[in-house]
Amino acid sequence: MNKRNLSQNAAFGLFWLAGIVSVLIMASVVGYILVKGLPGINLDFFTTSPRGGLSGDGGIYSTIVTTFYMVVVTLTFAAPLGVGAAIYLTEYSSNTDNKVAGKLVGIARFGVETLAGVPSIVFGLFGYALFVTAMHLGFSILSASLAGACLIIPVIIRTTEEALKSVPAGYREGSLALGANRWETTWKVVLPAASRGISTGILLSAGRIVSETAIFFVTLGGSYRVPGSLMSGGRTMALHVYYLAMETRAFDKAMSTAAVLVAMIMIMNLTINMVTSRIAAGQEQR
Amino acid sequence: MSVLGSKAIRMSTEDYSLFYGKFKAINRVSIRIPANRITAFIGPSGCGKSTFLRSFNRMNDLIPGVTTTGSVCIDGRDVAREDVVQLRKKVGMVFQRPNPFPKSIFDNVAYGPRLHGTRNRSDLAVVVEKSLKSAALWEEVKDDLRRSGMSLSGGQQQRLCIARAIAVEPEVILMDEPASALDPVATLKIETLMNELKKNYTIAIVTHNMQQAGRVSDYTAFMLTDENRAGNLIEFGPTKQIFTTPSDSRTEDYISGRFG
Repeated sequence: MNKRNLSQNAAFGLFWLAGIVSVLIMASVVGYILVKGLPGINLDFFTTSPRGGLSGDGGIYSTIVTTFYMVVVTLTFAAPLGVGAAIYLTEYSSNTDNKVAGKLVGIARFGVETLAGVPSIVFGLFGYALFVTAMHLGFSILSASLAGACLIIPVIIRTTEEALKSVPAGYREGSLALGANRWETTWKVVLPAASRGISTGILLSAGRIVSETAIFFVTLGGSYRVPGSLMSGGRTMALHVYYLAMETRAFDKAMSTAAVLVAMIMIMNLTINMVTSRIAAGQEQR
Repeated sequence: MSVLGSKAIRMSTEDYSLFYGKFKAINRVSIRIPANRITAFIGPSGCGKSTFLRSFNRMNDLIPGVTTTGSVCIDGRDVAREDVVQLRKKVGMVFQRPNPFPKSIFDNVAYGPRLHGTRNRSDLAVVVEKSLKSAALWEEVKDDLRRSGMSLSGGQQQRLCIARAIAVEPEVILMDEPASALDPVATLKIETLMNELKKNYTIAIVTHNMQQAGRVSDYTAFMLTDENRAGNLIEFGPTKQIFTTPSDSRTEDYISGRFG
């Protein structure tokens, strides 16, 4: 008995240590960035654009605007496509007798899973070859958003599929038994029930756009000016961090920008948590 | 079937078989179910009684690879030739596990009528109240119809599902073990309700619970799998007769609890 207590305590101690160490690592990364970055942050930092050149002077205004545009435009392309594809894969294709369609769906699933694991620079190269060069869209928000959409569509498809699969089959049967067709069932019962998971997936991929660099490095250009249209180039905040750190002497500004980025991601994640718990509460109560 | 006398026949099958791919799950069942009565389907697990019940509103269409031979008719019309939306409007269904939508009580009941074209809010309110009253749930929920259907107790949820089914004014209600997930008190309420409902509807119920079949049904059909695991209809007749003087020895064995 004593021996078993000892092994229990040893195991518990080890797990406790592992937990503490991982929390400490994460806390030190975030802490270091905040400590180094926060002193450089003031109102001017948000309201002025980078001045360019080696000094790295100026703020991050234009990069915030570009980041915002990138998120909105990319999601405009990716969200409907990704959610639509996921609806097809889970709600329609699984009930087909057609062997060819079944095969195609299998291939599509495999493709989605593979693409979700491909490094983002590969999507960047593809975007550069197709959108920037072949379609003559140049280094622009449009090119970068299209490439970014390719990157996050597999993510949205997968999270949406998971959300749809978690909707109990009884809801679908109940709706169909009342004379609803598949689309009515999907639109009126399944999608509302899955909305929590779907919006989480979309917000997560918005976070992906905010934090990606490689893919935009080769599609967005790197202009530090405020973008005037979809055809303007630009740099997102994450990209700006990269430029500041690698091509200027302003490492402190890179840290400040990184601190803002970290804060933004935190706020987004908190929003996700709030939105999902509110929707969940709404489904229970009303 | 002389046992039924001259009563109107609402649901019937003729030499009906159902296959999952090559596997025969239901073997040549012919039955004629009278209107405004409760007919219970009993038999051991896997005898095909649920599958058979689901043939009447074509829920088996949803399973890839299902084929059928023979015919299933409602009011003498072959369900295979009917528009499936119209058919399911006519043939309501209540499932084993209560499955209210994650919507308000009002929206749950109004779901069917809205689908079939009722838009006007006050018309919907009338239908919702009437249906909830028919399902003996109105008194318990009338104070807050905006409450989620999911917040009700299991028995209330099942009565909400019954209200949802009657809201589209079906002729037939199929019940697939409607009380198997409920406690005895809630079960009793559902059974009392079924007795009320048969005045206006024809009810077919699948049940594992023989006492329940004996209590609620007017007619009983006993199903059993044969040596190929295909479900056969062994005997069908007035419940009293099936439970006291069955003509088939297998029915007697099952009723007296010798197997199943």
